[in-house]
Amino acid sequence: MKVLIPSPLRSYTAGQRWVEAEGHTLGAVLDDLDRRYAGIRFRMIDEQETMRRHIRFFVNGAQTFDLALPLRDSDELTIVQALSGG
Amino acid sequence: MLQKQAAVKKSATKTAARSGAATKKPATVMLVATRKGAWLLHGDDSRRSWRVDGPHFLGHVIHHLVLDPRDGRTLLAAAKTGHLGPTVFRSTDRGRTWKEAAKPPAFVKKDDGSGRSVDHTFWLTPAHANEPNVWYAGTSPQGLFRSEDGGVTWAPFSHINDDPQYLEWFGTVQDGTPDGPKMHSIIVDPRDPKHLYFGLSGGGVHESTDGGASFHTLLDGLEVVEGFPKDNPATHDPHCIRMCPSNPDRLYQQNHCGIYRIDRPATRWERIGTKMPKKVGDIGFNMVVHPRNDNVAWVLPMDGQTVWPRTSPEGKPAVYGTRNGGRTWQRLDLGMPREQAWWTVKRQAMCADGGDPVGLYFGTTSGELWASRDEGASWKCIARGLPEIYAVESGTLG
Repeated sequence: MKVLIPSPLRSYTAGQRWVEAEGHTLGAVLDDLDRRYAGIRFRMIDEQETMRRHIRFFVNGAQTFDLALPLRDSDELTIVQALSGG
Repeated sequence: MLQKQAAVKKSATKTAARSGAATKKPATVMLVATRKGAWLLHGDDSRRSWRVDGPHFLGHVIHHLVLDPRDGRTLLAAAKTGHLGPTVFRSTDRGRTWKEAAKPPAFVKKDDGSGRSVDHTFWLTPAHANEPNVWYAGTSPQGLFRSEDGGVTWAPFSHINDDPQYLEWFGTVQDGTPDGPKMHSIIVDPRDPKHLYFGLSGGGVHESTDGGASFHTLLDGLEVVEGFPKDNPATHDPHCIRMCPSNPDRLYQQNHCGIYRIDRPATRWERIGTKMPKKVGDIGFNMVVHPRNDNVAWVLPMDGQTVWPRTSPEGKPAVYGTRNGGRTWQRLDLGMPREQAWWTVKRQAMCADGGDPVGLYFGTTSGELWASRDEGASWKCIARGLPEIYAVESGTLG
């Protein structure tokens, strides 16, 4: 499926905005992203499998907080970095 | 992730003069970690002029940047951004290129929901000279980690990260410093790699003599905030602990409640800050020791009255030094602002080099880097316009 990478994480994807990843759940897609771009997952998901505070995931435009959410190859995953601070 | 950095970039640090002799081998390098990136300043042989290299990791919070003294070329940087999780970057070519750790410090996953998550790596310590590639890391919230491959992969070290007693002493985020409770001052005895110390803010001072198999507290003599019980390690707040390289039995400590010294095997800390001028007090965060004389140490006090504004006392910053183990202290402020300078210096942001005379350095919360070539007798601002400085370390590139 197509995955939109937010700008702070594009150093992992050689600057690519859109990348491809595979998996039947959101967590599995993130695992696949990490196989392709080592280290990227831990910047978004902590060691207790919790989404980091300012990272948001949208599947076909709908926000989800569920890493077990089933996904299909035709889905589009958007990763967003919420803005905050100064 | 590989981040190629320009070898030298012009920066806003206009006061840092460029070396006139570009072919000279740099003597001292200053490693400056800030809230928004890292800078390296390469000194000439005399430490009079400095070549600025940076920013590295612009936009990242860099809590600590440390050169491995065992090879003079490996650098580790503890990094995170305001939005992304923590990591460690590693350079094996003196900071020209960087690669992210394959497995940064992280706590063990707990399925019952009780697990903790590393917010940031706060402290990095190269291990013993006979343990090449071994490093220790302290995190926020408090955790102790070790790498045996030069910082590429990290694993929890010892039992303490998940020990029920230690978890109680660690307290909650609300019990810690404003930027989160921290493990810091990880010290390895140069005579024995199994002899370790660390400090917890809060949680006290801890020692191991068996390579981390067990730890015990070292709290006797330390004050706590009025109203707290002294016998509970959770109420103790060491800010910075330093071992004297010339005498590993002597340690100095800047604590939340004063300046202390201990001479092992004694187990009682002696409060030496009582000899500081009363109107300045002995509150602060940093502690620096002389590399060759265990009677010499320095602090940069902070206003410790009432609400703890985290500024210099009366807006008049000064380093205070002792040359007799803390029996007397001298104000060392020649060259510093005489008034209206309301910055202060964090616990990792003051250090000494190995020169003779010793060079002293501190970085301020307002982004200035100050240096003394004469053991504190006189001071010069060598860089300004940097972000808030979190840590300053010195080293010699091999």
